[in-house]
Amino acid sequence: MDAFLHQVFSGLAAGGIYASVALALVMIYQATHLVNFAQGEMAMFATYIAWALIESGFPYWTAFGLTVLIALAGGILIQRFIIRPVSNASVLTVVVVFIGMLAIFNAVAGWVFSHTVKSFPSPFPSKSVLGGLLSAHELGAMGITLVVLIVLYAFFKWTPLGLAMRAAALNPVSSRLCGVRVGWMLAFGWGFAAAIGAIAGMMVAPIVYLDPNMMSGILLYGFASALLGGITNPWGAVAGGFIVGVLENVLGAYVIGTELKLTVALVIIVAVLTVKPSGLFGKVLVTRV
Amino acid sequence: MAAILEAKALEAYYGPSPVLKRISFTVEEGGITAILGANGAGKTTTLRAVCGMVRTTGEITLAGQRIDGKATEDIVRLGVAHVPDGRGTFVDFTVEENLRIGAYARGDRRQIAEDMERVYGIFPRLKERHGQQAGTLSGGEQQMLAVSRALMLRPRLLLLDEPSFGLAPLVVQEIFRVMREINKTDKVSLLLVEQNAALALDLADHAYLLETGTVVISGTADQIRSDETVRKAYLGY
Repeated sequence: MDAFLHQVFSGLAAGGIYASVALALVMIYQATHLVNFAQGEMAMFATYIAWALIESGFPYWTAFGLTVLIALAGGILIQRFIIRPVSNASVLTVVVVFIGMLAIFNAVAGWVFSHTVKSFPSPFPSKSVLGGLLSAHELGAMGITLVVLIVLYAFFKWTPLGLAMRAAALNPVSSRLCGVRVGWMLAFGWGFAAAIGAIAGMMVAPIVYLDPNMMSGILLYGFASALLGGITNPWGAVAGGFIVGVLENVLGAYVIGTELKLTVALVIIVAVLTVKPSGLFGKVLVTRV
Repeated sequence: MAAILEAKALEAYYGPSPVLKRISFTVEEGGITAILGANGAGKTTTLRAVCGMVRTTGEITLAGQRIDGKATEDIVRLGVAHVPDGRGTFVDFTVEENLRIGAYARGDRRQIAEDMERVYGIFPRLKERHGQQAGTLSGGEQQMLAVSRALMLRPRLLLLDEPSFGLAPLVVQEIFRVMREINKTDKVSLLLVEQNAALALDLADHAYLLETGTVVISGTADQIRSDETVRKAYLGY
């Protein structure tokens, strides 16, 4: 029983990371109706920036804050200079741009920071908590995920800027008629997604170690989570993240073995797309033709 | 009286050929101007042109300031509210969120709560439904919400696209009563587009009749009402 609980809890801990990545994917999906394949590499690159800041002597939390700000600005710049010029292009063009960004971030990270695996510090003490169910880092990462979710919820629910960002994603024409600068709102959406991804990267790096490919598996889990929860529903995507985290851990421990864990994500992706494309909590899209 | 809105030789394009052909019209400061015409005459396009939602040539001035070629959101920020064709409701937002987004571009944030109470006073039905998703409202309630959302901007000029479209006569009456009241007490100038000519001429002081993108008749509401062609073709008596 203890072993099972242990699997569930570390599943929840991993699920928090997947939930963050899924949330970042959903935010960009809401604005562009496309999945940003470069999301994971953007997060990885931000984590390297955090590593460089810590190496150059900044205390952890200062580096953490700076990295979030840099990621936010970076996301905004990417939207303004790379995505906006292709915003009216065909779907394939945009997808190719995403894949290009993935390759560029990956290569540049390897070039600048080298491909050798690095360890990344955790701000939390290295001991186990809750009677050995979780490491302090896992618990701390879950806590940070929850804080991020609460802050985002409050921001989108109650601030005028949050409302305007939601409006711009839902109905750009009406938003302009309310004086909302839709282009900037989309850019902020990219900035937020990049910042959330950066936090996820910094939380996962102490577990998987830092290297240019560290997010590739996590992006798949994140994508599976977003689809499972419903890619049109941010809170569904978060729920999906926790579900995928637990499923992956429990199935990996008792059914298919840890080597095939990533298959769980792939099976979820294929199953959701074939059986229920709107996901568990998503809206069924009806288009008038 | 000075003009709040003036369009000169206005042309509007969706593709290569103009939908509006060099039309000119004015809305007096504190006045109500109606644009009448059948389906496809260019009424909706006229409002879109004022808001910078379509490509235009010619001159549009708002209180003496050129606004043609400006971005929609900048024109809105000058105090032009637009109740668009199809109402433009944010269907996933609650009624209250729709009103808040209507006030988004305003500088005086403190007055917003007060104005929200005011539109709830005008349309008590919206207050009852303030937490409800706007997409679940009836057509009439959505039109009330669209007008209210526009009012939350505290506009100088309000553009209304077929406010009577698809609504029960009682609701239409209520909405027209509210618009008259807003025009009187708040000195909001109105530019109204309507297929229902009788209704529009009751409210307006000036009117223009559009046919396939050209102004065929213009004048005061009384002149238009007594015009033989308008009477036969649009008023039906």
